[in-house]
Amino acid sequence: MLEISHLKKYYATQKAVDDVSLSIGKGNIFGLLGPNGAGKSSLLRMITGITMPDSGSILLNGIPFNLDTHSPMIGYMPEERGLYKKMKVGEQALYLGQLKGLSKSEALQKIESWFDKLDMQSWKNKKVEDLSKGMSQKLQFVITVMHDPQLLILDEPFSGLDPVNSAVIKDEIHELAKKGTTIIFSTHRMEQVEEICREITLINKGKVILNGDVAEIRQQFKKHIFRLETDGELQGFDQYIIERKDTRYMLQFPDNEDANEVLAYCIRNHFKIMHYSEVLPSLNEIFIGLVEGDGAFRKFESVSN
Amino acid sequence: MVLSENLNPFPTKQSSTYMKKVWLIIQREYLTRVRKKSFLVTTFLVPILMVGLISSVAFMASKSEQKQDIAVIDESGIFINRMDTGSSYAIHYIKDVPGSTYTELLEKNNWDILVHIFPFKNGVPDSINMYKDGGVSLNAKEFISNDINTIYQIRQMQDAGIDKRKIDSINSSSIDVKSFDLKSNQETSSEIATMIGYVMGLLIYLVILLYGVGVMRGVTEEKTNRIAEVIISSVRPFQLMMGKIVGIAFVGLTQFVLWLILTGVMQLFIPLLVPGLSGSMHAQAANAQHVPQNEIASLLQALSSQNWTLILSCFLFYFLGGYFLYAAMFAAVGSMVNEDQQEAQQMTVPITMPIIAGLIIMSSTIKDPNSSLSVFGSMFPLTSPIVMMARIPYGVPAWQIVLSMIFLVVGFVAMTWLGAKIYRTGILLYGKKASWKEVIRWIRYS
Repeated sequence: MLEISHLKKYYATQKAVDDVSLSIGKGNIFGLLGPNGAGKSSLLRMITGITMPDSGSILLNGIPFNLDTHSPMIGYMPEERGLYKKMKVGEQALYLGQLKGLSKSEALQKIESWFDKLDMQSWKNKKVEDLSKGMSQKLQFVITVMHDPQLLILDEPFSGLDPVNSAVIKDEIHELAKKGTTIIFSTHRMEQVEEICREITLINKGKVILNGDVAEIRQQFKKHIFRLETDGELQGFDQYIIERKDTRYMLQFPDNEDANEVLAYCIRNHFKIMHYSEVLPSLNEIFIGLVEGDGAFRKFESVSN
Repeated sequence: MVLSENLNPFPTKQSSTYMKKVWLIIQREYLTRVRKKSFLVTTFLVPILMVGLISSVAFMASKSEQKQDIAVIDESGIFINRMDTGSSYAIHYIKDVPGSTYTELLEKNNWDILVHIFPFKNGVPDSINMYKDGGVSLNAKEFISNDINTIYQIRQMQDAGIDKRKIDSINSSSIDVKSFDLKSNQETSSEIATMIGYVMGLLIYLVILLYGVGVMRGVTEEKTNRIAEVIISSVRPFQLMMGKIVGIAFVGLTQFVLWLILTGVMQLFIPLLVPGLSGSMHAQAANAQHVPQNEIASLLQALSSQNWTLILSCFLFYFLGGYFLYAAMFAAVGSMVNEDQQEAQQMTVPITMPIIAGLIIMSSTIKDPNSSLSVFGSMFPLTSPIVMMARIPYGVPAWQIVLSMIFLVVGFVAMTWLGAKIYRTGILLYGKKASWKEVIRWIRYS
């Protein structure tokens, strides 16, 4: 549904987006990852039509980007949330919905259903400045999705949300994806990506450095590490043991074939096996490794903290 | 660059959604401002203050003229009991008391001014001095010196053998010189022209500054709230900027119309607020020697003789033209700054300078409306809204008005184009303050 090819955006001091190509299918929840300053926001701003690329193309449903036709199809929630502080919640939602091309009656109807759904009816006449951070976050989400966009772009959607509201928003995201909404989810919080996204792209210094299915990527970067919990002592596997606590082991093998030997050994010795599993690297580990190799590790760490 | 056409902020075809969205923005800008308490307060307070100020000044003028006591020591004997007291002075003729100072003489009787007329030498006045604690006011000096000169002239005429009655009739005759506009053949009043010009020019100055800063604040608010990013994903920066500028223009027009109506209504109440004011004004006019009794009537006549259709339509044009010219620049500056309001003030200096220059030129224009500086000021689009309004009541050749208007429109288009370029980069740039050098780069490369 979204096809980006050879997109470039150079600023005077840096290459914000340097030859990025991406393809995202309909109904996909797509994670866009990278440390701050990697070019995520620049890329998203071009997809939403806020800025123009220097070169390259953005096709939405096969059609070259055009603000008038594409704006109603896109919902964008920027990382830095923006709302008029002095405006009432209901009026604000109506205004921004109308700017997205909804008619007044459509917008009012959407506001009703979303406000009902997320239990926000009582806020309608409150001013935004009187809302808590989490509340305005929820409002921002509703404003982003109320015009039923086909492409939903969420930049750090969970920052500032408590676990309860995070779960509510997460459910909504999944539900929207099920209905066919394509979702780009930009973040530097890897654990959220693993939970939500099926496909990801990692960009750093304006370039794509990793792209693909989350499960495949984790397989691709696995280091054959296994966790074993048993009640006996392993003998003769010293070269594989990387960590040990009583009879709980972390083992690393050259490949998965060797892992079976440990299991066979345990069974032979009638050890009771409580747990034996391959430990796949978390996306976080993969990314830190990759980005570190890219010389931008420091930057990344300071962000993910 | 396949995309540039599609992302062009100025579409070649004006689609109806394009205007619809601008209209939505205009509505929001207008309604949020008009609904604010501060709008109501300024709308109602300004006319109240204006009327209050006018009536209190009028009230003071009618009441505060306390009589001043003037002591006259006349050693020539020519002026005794002949001096006109007027309405604001009381004259006491005294003899010089040797050994006592002027101060003692004044303080003893609680008088204000002492006039000492020394004896004439060979029938010619020697010296006449006035004394007052803290110096003599201009009014008092003029009054006394007029008085003394008139008496002296009459005396000289009498000495020359002219009949007293003849002198009186000469004195009471005066010719009223009228000034006319060559074209309309209507009577003009340069005082009225000055007044109208000054008020109009000042109003435009205030409007540009007040609403221009309003635009700037609004833009900075959107930028710092980060709402700009949300909106720019729905509309082009140019739509947002123009929507804001036009919306605020409507606010200005609304406020202006309300001010006119309210001031008009309240003016009816001035006589009620200050009872006896009109009476005392008439009395004053009657008392004053050189002012004809029907001054107020002639003022009104001069006011109505002005071409108000021209003045008001020009006012509307220069009001909007001047506002639009500067609003785009204020929007640009608003997009360049971050939270810091002080920063904003610094950045507005290059914009406010020509406005202030316009005000300075205007103050010379009302004295000399056809000087080359005035003509230049009324043509140059950055100053013309203020300066031209000060010239119009004096009569300006039509070609000059047309030329000035064309320049203003061209200037407005150029400034909006320039402002929009700065605006669309600035509005999305966070964190650091933009230097003018950087801004020039935005203009060149965007």
